[in-house]
Amino acid sequence: MDNFTTFTSRLAPLPIDNIDTDQIIPARFLKTISKVGLGDQLFYDWRYDAEGKPLPDFILNRTEGRAAQVLIAGDNFGCGSSREHAPWALTQYGFRAVISTSFADIFRGNALKNSLLPIIVPPEALKKLLAAVTENPSATVTIDLANQTLTLPDGSRAQFPIDQFAKHCMLEGVDELGYILKQEPAIAQYEAERELTVNTLA
Amino acid sequence: MSTKNGPASKPRTIIEKVWDNHVVTEREGAPTLLYIDLHLVHEVTSPQAFSGLRERGLKVRRPDLTLGTTDHSIPTYDRNLPIMDKVAEAQIVQFEKNCRDFGIPFFGPHSDKQGIVHIIGPEQGLTQPGMTVVCGDSHTATHGAFGALAFGIGTSQVEHVLATQCLLQMPSKTYEVRVDGTLKQGVGAKDIILNLISRIGISGGTGCVFEYAGSAIRSLSMEERMTICNMSIEGGARAGLVAPDDTTYQYIAGRPYAPKGADWDRAIASWRKLATEPDASYDKRIDIDASLLEPMITFGTNPGMGIPITAPVPDPTSISDPLERDSLGKALRYMDLPSGKPLLGHKVNVVFIGSCTNSRISDLRAAAQILKGRKVSPNVRVMVVPGSQQVKQQAQAEGLDRIFREAGADWREAGCSMCIAMNGDQLAPGEYSVSTSNRNFEGRQGKGGRTFLASPLTAAASAVTGVVTDVRTML
Repeated sequence: MDNFTTFTSRLAPLPIDNIDTDQIIPARFLKTISKVGLGDQLFYDWRYDAEGKPLPDFILNRTEGRAAQVLIAGDNFGCGSSREHAPWALTQYGFRAVISTSFADIFRGNALKNSLLPIIVPPEALKKLLAAVTENPSATVTIDLANQTLTLPDGSRAQFPIDQFAKHCMLEGVDELGYILKQEPAIAQYEAERELTVNTLA
Repeated sequence: MSTKNGPASKPRTIIEKVWDNHVVTEREGAPTLLYIDLHLVHEVTSPQAFSGLRERGLKVRRPDLTLGTTDHSIPTYDRNLPIMDKVAEAQIVQFEKNCRDFGIPFFGPHSDKQGIVHIIGPEQGLTQPGMTVVCGDSHTATHGAFGALAFGIGTSQVEHVLATQCLLQMPSKTYEVRVDGTLKQGVGAKDIILNLISRIGISGGTGCVFEYAGSAIRSLSMEERMTICNMSIEGGARAGLVAPDDTTYQYIAGRPYAPKGADWDRAIASWRKLATEPDASYDKRIDIDASLLEPMITFGTNPGMGIPITAPVPDPTSISDPLERDSLGKALRYMDLPSGKPLLGHKVNVVFIGSCTNSRISDLRAAAQILKGRKVSPNVRVMVVPGSQQVKQQAQAEGLDRIFREAGADWREAGCSMCIAMNGDQLAPGEYSVSTSNRNFEGRQGKGGRTFLASPLTAAASAVTGVVTDVRTML
């Protein structure tokens, strides 16, 4: 995982509640055995018509949305399936953060493992941000993970919460599997002390 | 949530007990390292995890605690025919190779044990009380019906569990869902869970694990409990469980991977200790009176948009919050439905009876009870997809396949099928389905398709009439 650095970006607003992972990446694209090409399939059924032509009104097809590295979405973003293809598609497209009032549990965990920062803000802050980007589509925010601050278009700063371990992993580019593998002695000890459950090889 | 090092005297819920039993390490400022007892793997969310293992030169640490099957992208037509979708075929072939290369037991397309992961775990006796169970699939909570802590994980975590049999996890909040009272005729487990989700919303359980309790839950069969636990994620909770009892033990006894002899006696003794202690407290709680429930149906584009089947579709203009109002308006536009009147009588193009929510033998029996001696409407395509080859064989032994065929329904091979529409089983744009599956998101059952989620009874009744129907008029 790459180290997550401070950045400034324009915003792509998608002010819809409960955007589920079937919208982020429809299931028919999950037949792949790699991670390649998922960015092109991001929000496919909202982004393209039946012939595969871009729908001009969709934010990712508009000039102001194209350069954005930050998505602003309604409440409970990423609900539904556990597919990690959702954050893969978002990051391959170029997003580095999603701002919402809340995230579904599995999506949030998957995002953090892929250098995609889920930023939770209060409802009033989300409304303010949406208003700012409506007024000026080229408005920007600056995201500083180390200080957990979001600098809004008017220059004001808001703090956002994040689990400290996830923050450490993102900032330092920590490989979580490597971290778990280092605990091998404890895992072996646990296995030695526990009762057998099932044996799928039996 | 209490921990190993917490005060010993604090009464614990079953959720906390199962968690505590699986703590490998706890470190300041880091998530708990949790041991996983059973890891179910399928073709869709695992390929990139196996690639990761190969890149690092890692093995699967415990193939004996791992099981693979193909369910999501596999066709449900005759298994002797070639797979028409070459991308799906390549994924299935790769999965088979991954299982072989890493020594993982595999119930392949031609195995008589093949089926949806969440059907075969319980069916084989692999899912047992007190276990931690994970799978790269959000409906893993199904296994919670046995008193297991079972939850869906992403592909990175699939790789972690394959390599280490462990996961880094933060503890969840506990949420008691107490359902008391007696269900009325025509009302079942699916209606209980759809009712819960319609009350708390699809993010009501975010950050929580549900414990389903109360007299109505106790009176349910294991298959009905699985239907309820299955849809915990639709209420936002990664996991939901039911404390084990004699119903649980009777279900498990004698299944292929269940403990035998002295091991069985020991297992039961330890399972009996799992139940939540009388004075334990939960972070949240909701009470549902089962006797007041009606058959439920969804009208919108998320599973929280559900109503009693006789109730009117809600009116967006009655909602004050603008985003919520927009969400409902957007959903009704997608569904092309008017507000203010019930769905009863609305036309149906497809009926799907299947999925990890409702494809077990009791679900098929319920559908057959309605379809027996009746014909499905000529305007409706009806697919009955058993959850596993074992369910299929049992249904055929009981003659249910004949009832379905004689009624004019299509009797298929086991798989996820039209629940996720990856395998060619799908709605055409604009079509309406009554589906026993778990998600009604836009395009979930095929691009442009529209889904009404309901019970197997409601689905079967609607198949006969060709319109959304209250099954109680046919019982």
